[in-house]
Amino acid sequence: MAGIIIFLCLITFPIWYNVTGGKAEYVPDLKIVTQEKQCVESKGYMRNNHMQLLNEWRNTVVREGNRVYVASDGRKYDMSLSRTCLKCHVNKADFCDKCHNYVEVAPTCFNCHVVPEEKKS
Amino acid sequence: MLEKALIGSKKYYGLVTLLLIIIGAGFYFYLRQLSYGLGITGMSRDVSWGLYITQFTFLVGVAASAVMVVLPYYLHNYKIFGKITILGEFLAVASVAMCLTFIIADLGQPARAFNVLLYPTPTSILFWDMVVLNGYLLLNIVIGWTVLASERKSVPPPAWVKPLIYLSIPWAVSIHTVTAFIYAGIPGRGFWLTAIMAPRFLASAFASGPALLILMCFIVRRFTRFDPGKEAIQSLAKIVAYAVAVSVFFVLLEIFTVFYSQIPEHMHHFEYLFFGMEGHEKLVPWIWTSAILAILSLILLINPVTRRKEGILAMTCVAVFASLWIEKGLGLVITGFIPSPLGRVFEYSPTGPEVIITLGIWAMGFLILTILYKIAVTVKEEIST
Amino acid sequence: MKTDRRGFLKIGGLGILGFAARPLVDVLLRGDLVEASPAPDTLAGKRWAMAVNVSKCKEGCRDCIVACHSVHNVPDLGNPKDEVKWIWTESYKKIFPEQEQEFDARGGKPVVVLCNHCDNPPCVRVCPTKATFKRSDGIVMMDYHRCIGCRFCMAACPYGSRSLNWRDPRPFIKKINPEFPTRTRGVVEKCDFCVERLAKGLIPACVEACKEKALVFGNLKESGAEIREILRANHTIRRRPWLGTGPQIYYIV
Repeated sequence: MAGIIIFLCLITFPIWYNVTGGKAEYVPDLKIVTQEKQCVESKGYMRNNHMQLLNEWRNTVVREGNRVYVASDGRKYDMSLSRTCLKCHVNKADFCDKCHNYVEVAPTCFNCHVVPEEKKS
Repeated sequence: MLEKALIGSKKYYGLVTLLLIIIGAGFYFYLRQLSYGLGITGMSRDVSWGLYITQFTFLVGVAASAVMVVLPYYLHNYKIFGKITILGEFLAVASVAMCLTFIIADLGQPARAFNVLLYPTPTSILFWDMVVLNGYLLLNIVIGWTVLASERKSVPPPAWVKPLIYLSIPWAVSIHTVTAFIYAGIPGRGFWLTAIMAPRFLASAFASGPALLILMCFIVRRFTRFDPGKEAIQSLAKIVAYAVAVSVFFVLLEIFTVFYSQIPEHMHHFEYLFFGMEGHEKLVPWIWTSAILAILSLILLINPVTRRKEGILAMTCVAVFASLWIEKGLGLVITGFIPSPLGRVFEYSPTGPEVIITLGIWAMGFLILTILYKIAVTVKEEIST
Repeated sequence: MKTDRRGFLKIGGLGILGFAARPLVDVLLRGDLVEASPAPDTLAGKRWAMAVNVSKCKEGCRDCIVACHSVHNVPDLGNPKDEVKWIWTESYKKIFPEQEQEFDARGGKPVVVLCNHCDNPPCVRVCPTKATFKRSDGIVMMDYHRCIGCRFCMAACPYGSRSLNWRDPRPFIKKINPEFPTRTRGVVEKCDFCVERLAKGLIPACVEACKEKALVFGNLKESGAEIREILRANHTIRRRPWLGTGPQIYYIV
């Protein structure tokens, strides 16, 4: 019994360590420096689903040859990571990377896709 | 039963440690391959499959050969093989494990391997190979383990394994047929475009697999108190004799068709393999070694006097194994790429890291085999005492 | 219910397997999150093909190769082992080995070769993940995101049109074109008939670059197309057509 308690304590250690240390509420501070007021979809939707949206874009462009995305509000976009997303979000390091580093994910998009020259600000 | 693998003699631990060291070396170079890319190997734009796929192709044959002990025992009630079916099945498990590892080692993007499951493509033979190999692995683990466990308790195996055993027989044929289809279904490679590919694969498999099994029987008998039986070994030797004969016959059929018809697309590859081309002749000494070993072992196997002498039989089995490893391992896969569809003769030889990764995977297979055989043999020893 | 250690381990193991099954179920049940606009069917009703006029092709000229390789970020690895190429030249007798005869003056002439965008492509048939596929306009495409690098397609292509990225190609690209992605190590690549340019209404880069007008590109389903006229009026040959692949690069020799 004591063994199980020690085991549970150890395995939950990262959770309560971060909770008591106040790190649980930390949210990376993303800089949005876009000219446009709104992204292709709402901010909440983009935050939760941008990866699925990008996968969808990727498959539609590559596999179906269709390059036009019609957003839920009817506006049309060129489905392109470098020409649409990164044209607006010119600060990949402060936007994409910051959050991806925080949540420890390493998307492989930019192994192939070219990051446009970043404007150092 | 797994605990039996934990207790053993010094020699056993020594062997396990040695294999672990080789695996470690292989793994280290695999990590190097992951970071550099497949360019670390000797494979090229022209010869795009190399040592990994040749080992995979050869080992599918070794795996399929388990059927050569399972079939006589279960379908023809040939009792003498009763003692060694487990050795055959566990050899199949280790071989299929190596096959699957070789495929993973050969992928340019191993992290995406599951795409084969996420986007199943029935037109691709590789998809079917994945299905039959994994199925065969599972079948042999379940059958071998269950039968051994019942044997240990001296009870007959549960009724539900019987259908699985019967299923495993055609399944063994299927793994090597499907593997042959990878090559035989490609339109532009004259060397592989032959309907006899699958039977050729099976014939060589039923020679190399049982040859290895005989060697394993000798090793087991030498180092443990479990004796597979002289008669079982002699029966296996006859199987190897027939299979080598058929295998050599099939190769001669290919050679006749190709050199008598003189169709360049088919003939050029054989010319390269046996005589070299444009001064490139890396495979020539290998293939002639293979041919001489095959003929020599055929003579020693057909002659009952030499076959019955166990010392000679062991040497013969090494010769059979080596001959077919060269013929199917090196000759069959690599020659298909030379000359290339554009008529270029670009040769292949594996690099150091590639060879060490390959040895690492073989060591992994032998580790699995050692552990499984240790368990099986310990159980058998317990029963007999 | 009495549970022994063995039973506990069995249930525990099954439980862990259950967790492992969860992502798989998620994948299978996943619906489409967003709706891309219904494809305005621009692809159907088209069949892209190319004619190569060998006699117009100037020896020593590399315009089409340079144009293609710089637009598509094709690396120059500088050795035949790791080589990546989309369009290149081979001698006449190498690409039409069964049609050569000893007195033919064209024997050594370099001829442009590229992916044949076959009607019945063996590479598509063998791909275990549908990473290479044929579009309805006939273009044989690569999905670099999906390729696992098994190289079955390279073995299956009877024209040697495919290259694997044996190593990271980026350091070997002289000047990266930001408008087009590079590839990553471990994926197979080949000519894509400039799908990205066709989408913008442009012709393939190689065709545009050829000053001699030796390359003609067009839609076989368009009745007045120049390529149709060329194929009607000339004797054309294709590479290894008896393999049943239906290559769509036609050579006027």
